[in-house]
Amino acid sequence: MKTSTWAKLIIVFSVVAIFGAYTLPTIVGKKNAKYISELLGGILPTDTINLGLDLKGGMHLVLGVETDKAVFAVLSRAANNLQQQLLNAKIAADKVIPSGKDATIKIYLVDPKDTDKAVNIIMDNFPNYKIVSQGQPIVIKLKEQIVEKIKKQAVEQAINVIRNRVNQFGVTEPTVVRAGENHIVVDLPGIKNANRAVKLLGETARLELHLVDDSVSVADALNGNLPPDDEILYEIKRDPTTGEITKVPFVVKKEPIITGDMITNAHVMFGGPLNQPYVAFELNSEGAKIFADFTATHIGKRLAIVLDNVIYSAPVIQSRIGGGRGEITGNFTLEEAHDLALVLRSGSLPAPVKILQKVTIGPSLGKISIDKGKKAMIFGSLAVILFMIFYYRLSGLLADFAMALNIVIIFGTMVMLHATLTLPGLAGIALTVGMAVDANVLIYERIREELLIGRSVHDAVNTGYARAFITILDANITTLIVALILYQFGSGPVKGFGITMAIGLLANIFTAVTFTKTVFDIVLEKFRPQRLSI
Amino acid sequence: MVQIVKPGILIDFVSKFKLAVSISIILIVVGIGHLIIKGPKLGIEFKGGTSIQVEFDKPIKVTQLRNAIKDSRIFSDSRIQNIGSSNKRFIIYTKVSTSSTTKSIEDALKPLLKSKFGDTFKILEVDMVGPKIGKEFRDKGIIAIVLSLIAILIYISLRFQYRFAFGAILALIHDVLITVGFLSLFGYEFTLDVVAAILTIVGYSVNDTIVIFDRIREKVRSNRKLSNVEAINQGISETLSRTVLTAGTTLFVVLALFLFGGHALKGMSFALLVGIISGTYSSIFIASPVLLLFKGQLIPEKKEVDSTDRFKQQIEFDIKQRGG
Repeated sequence: MKTSTWAKLIIVFSVVAIFGAYTLPTIVGKKNAKYISELLGGILPTDTINLGLDLKGGMHLVLGVETDKAVFAVLSRAANNLQQQLLNAKIAADKVIPSGKDATIKIYLVDPKDTDKAVNIIMDNFPNYKIVSQGQPIVIKLKEQIVEKIKKQAVEQAINVIRNRVNQFGVTEPTVVRAGENHIVVDLPGIKNANRAVKLLGETARLELHLVDDSVSVADALNGNLPPDDEILYEIKRDPTTGEITKVPFVVKKEPIITGDMITNAHVMFGGPLNQPYVAFELNSEGAKIFADFTATHIGKRLAIVLDNVIYSAPVIQSRIGGGRGEITGNFTLEEAHDLALVLRSGSLPAPVKILQKVTIGPSLGKISIDKGKKAMIFGSLAVILFMIFYYRLSGLLADFAMALNIVIIFGTMVMLHATLTLPGLAGIALTVGMAVDANVLIYERIREELLIGRSVHDAVNTGYARAFITILDANITTLIVALILYQFGSGPVKGFGITMAIGLLANIFTAVTFTKTVFDIVLEKFRPQRLSI
Repeated sequence: MVQIVKPGILIDFVSKFKLAVSISIILIVVGIGHLIIKGPKLGIEFKGGTSIQVEFDKPIKVTQLRNAIKDSRIFSDSRIQNIGSSNKRFIIYTKVSTSSTTKSIEDALKPLLKSKFGDTFKILEVDMVGPKIGKEFRDKGIIAIVLSLIAILIYISLRFQYRFAFGAILALIHDVLITVGFLSLFGYEFTLDVVAAILTIVGYSVNDTIVIFDRIREKVRSNRKLSNVEAINQGISETLSRTVLTAGTTLFVVLALFLFGGHALKGMSFALLVGIISGTYSSIFIASPVLLLFKGQLIPEKKEVDSTDRFKQQIEFDIKQRGG
């Protein structure tokens, strides 16, 4: 044989071996693959193909981070801070209103003559803001790049927190990735209690301890006589027997004493007369010190434990609490207490999240889909295989082998790239099967033509391949363009369709041209046939 | 040797152009007309809403199911689809979606079904899409289709002359319109999968057209005395068996997907089925005869030797060397 034929043969064998090795575990199962690999000294890959949620069941979530609210939180803090500073400078401000929409703070002064003094304070102490208007009100605006930075950080932080929660929730192979500007895509394969998971991931979990302001009567405050540094929050009580919900208003100081970011750990404990579950939390050293000092100086006062703006309880401070430990009691079920501890441990979301898309697929449906997809693929492929043999005889059989190799390469590549096989992806493979033989049809028809005009077998084969090759390339490139666009713009399942098509088309050039040509070359050289089975 | 198309056959495809155009226009007008009058049936991923697939242990009637849920605000104007023939699996569609992480639509459904059917049902799948992301999907889908048309236009213009690109794109638009029209006529929803199928059809149809164009070009170059009509007829005729065979094998597979692939692949495989037939038809009857609408030679002689030709000549030279 010629050296070039040998070289091709070696390439073909290596491709079959490599991609075959990666496909094998998917066919025989992970356990058997491990066994086989161990027999051979552990050189074989044991990963099976990654099934999409539509095939194995689970939940796909697209969450939108409300970054505007993160910006608003920064503005509110600045507004509080500014109000305090104006107060210190003896400038009376009527209202200081933050607005999340346009990232501005409006300052209404009691006496317009103070404007210059106020502006100076702002310029000295709020470098992140630019002054838009010096009239009444004074309008200051958070700088654009700061807004962008806050939004970006909010999304990044949200991803970290959600990833934390997902990991603690205990699902195998979850994915949490950013998509677009402020979307987070969460895939939880095989999850059983989808709604509980959604609640858990979506909880802002902003824990704050506020001092209850006993100097103001609740009735007064509800009538509008609310001091500027106070706010009204509600405790929501549910009657355990009737299920009736009552809201109890509290007047609390706006400025929290302890915030959730000071929490280092939280877990479920049992106690009280009914041995009910409650959540115990631990603070970091900074928080512990603040907590100890504060409780020491406020004995007899009440401390409201606020989670996401809802008061859970407002116990009276009995004594100085050292050691940085606290507890949250409420009428928790064990599951609620467990989830609350989990979200406190994993940190709070910097901004609320909204569900943009939620797909939950039961495992039984995934199984139905796989079975049907498999069935369709087997019937379709079988029809193509038999037809090719019927029409092109031995050459048809060769094209069938090329097609099978194509499928092996698609599966092998997907395992290598950790790409995900989805239901449309399965359809993509089936479609590739149909189109994979196209290249061989093109070549064989050409060879037949060349034979008909009287060329020798050897010439006909070579001319057929050479002539058809450019057409195959052109045709495959255009389809490849489409497959890549599908991959780029598609989401989830459609991406899977794009990737199987793209791999299939690339593999097609190798299997339908290089592989079959190598076989032809060997046959032509070894046997020098006078007739072709084509 | 088994043959579908007799070798050496020459069919006058060009003369059928007017008839073909008339048939196509009728089909497109009917299909697209239906689409415009009835409005497109968008899947929930494009318009937002929730679909819930439920399976019952025993067969039930659609009316039973409808009665069970019709009094709820969320499901009052919902649509119910019966899947398969067992009367056990249904999909309930509602326009309502929720962005809240604490409430879910399926939690609203469960008590309604429970009070009527007890514990005899199972929720198989819930698909909820908010209106905002629906718009994103819609935009992306349209961008993808337009982008692929442009990319193909550029590619063919580079590889062939402009009139070929024109013919190919016309055939593509034809295929997309026919497919979209048929989807509407047969009551299929436009979903992400269906958009993917339409893009695939775009790829497939171009593939088919290019094979024929390639042969027409080869005909013109090998015999400059050939008239445009002759070149086109010969080009199509000589590649006819390949065109029929490839369409055939691909249709086998798509038909299998359509028949056995289950509900999830129905819309997608239907679109592919229509698109592949249309793509094959348009490559022969639309894309190629359109080349005649332009006056002058199909391939001007001065452009004879481009880089591809040199490549081809090189290959042929190599073949002679080796063969000789």
